Amino acid sequence: MKNNRRSFIKLAGLAAAGLCVAPKATLASGGGHSPVKAGPKAEHAKRWAMVIDTRKVHTEEDIKVLQHACHSVHNVPDIPTKQNIKWLWSAPYEECFPEQQNPHLDDDVKGRSYMLLCNHCENPPCVRVCPTKATFKRPDGIVVMDYHRCIGCRYCMAACPYGSRSFNFGEPRDYLDLTKLNTDFPTRMRGVVEKCNFCVERLAKGLQPACVEASDGAIVFGDLADKDSEVRKVLRENFTIRRKPTAGTEPSVYYII
Amino acid sequence: MHYGGKIIIGIVIFVGLLLSPFVFNVGKAYKQPELKLPANEKKCVESLEFMRTKHMQLLNEWRDWALRDGKRVYVNHEGKEFEISLQNTCMKCHKSKADFCDKCHNDAGVSPYCWDCHIQPEGLK
Ligand code: HEC
Ligand code: HEC
Ligand code: HEC
Repeated sequence: MKNNRRSFIKLAGLAAAGLCVAPKATLASGGGHSPVKAGPKAEHAKRWAMVIDTRKVHTEEDIKVLQHACHSVHNVPDIPTKQNIKWLWSAPYEECFPEQQNPHLDDDVKGRSYMLLCNHCENPPCVRVCPTKATFKRPDGIVVMDYHRCIGCRYCMAACPYGSRSFNFGEPRDYLDLTKLNTDFPTRMRGVVEKCNFCVERLAKGLQPACVEASDGAIVFGDLADKDSEVRKVLRENFTIRRKPTAGTEPSVYYII
Repeated sequence: MHYGGKIIIGIVIFVGLLLSPFVFNVGKAYKQPELKLPANEKKCVESLEFMRTKHMQLLNEWRDWALRDGKRVYVNHEGKEFEISLQNTCMKCHKSKADFCDKCHNDAGVSPYCWDCHIQPEGLK
């Protein structure tokens, strides 16, 4: 009897231990085959960032060119009302940098137009409020949307201090030139929010963001965590500011003044 | 029996309505939808059986892998690689949504909402 009980308990213990490793063992017996990976040309970074040289891009016309580059690859409609959709747009100094104002600012700086886009914040408030996790921050710092999960509640729009998000009040396709779509990229539909995605789909193929490519060197894009990167070099050598620093969101978009 | 005739007529009409779908379709064999398969390709991303029954699961995983995990290359069971994309992979082989996806879906009574945003190979009008 005594022996029997001992061996029973031992066996039971062994079986319990088996339960702990079973899931791993079945995974391994499936061949351990991981079906996905990043593309061979994909760009990688610890923290993507952008530096905009406002000495070089500072007129409405300059920014229109960049906006066109961005909006045409992402099928962003141009709606002639307050319900317009914007991924990249422009604003004067006082709208762009309301916290960095002096009564008698340099005419040149005050007269420029500034290119605006999603700041891809280190502490993105939009991500914190999204009830479906449709907006999230990738490990490389890019704040993106999974449109499939967006329920159009617009909390993110209320949370964003920069107005970087637009809501599709109507069908965006009604305002797109359907003969000039980029057929490699989807449109959006009525009822979802949208914004700049730092061109994740282009980075995945080893391309630079569309606005950077169109800027002729006036916008630098790279890894903020790599101290030898181009962005870090530009930041070291120039005076830069970011939008609304007191919001504590730590934007990844810098402006050379 | 009170109202006997009316009740019986009612029952006959009811049973008639109930059986009408069967009566309508009597003698018509179910015909599988005729799909237009890609001309120059032999194999899909995965096996025919898998695609036929599980393509929706695969697409669901594809979009999470591409958008949430940032991994946009899929390696199938034979080790062949595909870019993860509905528009740029599936629809580059299946060049007609109307003659392929829709044929089956109309037959099965499903209408995926993907095309509210994704652009079909036929283009938009
Ligand atoms: C390389 C070209 C290619 C790509 C890419 C491709 N397919 Fe296919 N697909 C085929 C071919 C060829 C067949 C027919 C296979 C056969 O007969 O064995 C097929 C068959 C299918 C079938 C089954 C049709 C039937 O007769 O039951 C479905 C469903 C399907 N594909 C969906 C998809 C989806 C969804 C994608 C994207 C995830 C996709 N395919 C990507 C070539 C492709
Ligand atoms: C062999 C027939 C067949 C073909 C071909 C086919 N489908 Fe399907 N598909 C189905 C069926 C059946 C369902 C419904 C399955 C269910 O509800 O369980 C379905 C469901 C789906 C769903 C999920 C819809 C939902 O509301 O849950 C998606 C997405 C989808 N198909 C995409 C595609 C795409 C894209 C193609 C063309 C490349 C395609 N299918 C071609 C038979 C097919
Ligand atoms: C609200 C608009 C919207 C709807 C509806 C939608 N998608 Fe998407 N989908 C997008 C956008 C935008 C992307 C991002 C493309 C990118 O980053 O490359 C995307 C990406 C994807 C991707 C990965 C990348 C690629 O290029 O394809 C897959 C797979 C996908 N969607 C599948 C689906 C399927 C399947 C459905 C239907 C069940 C669907 N989507 C419905 C907007 C939508």
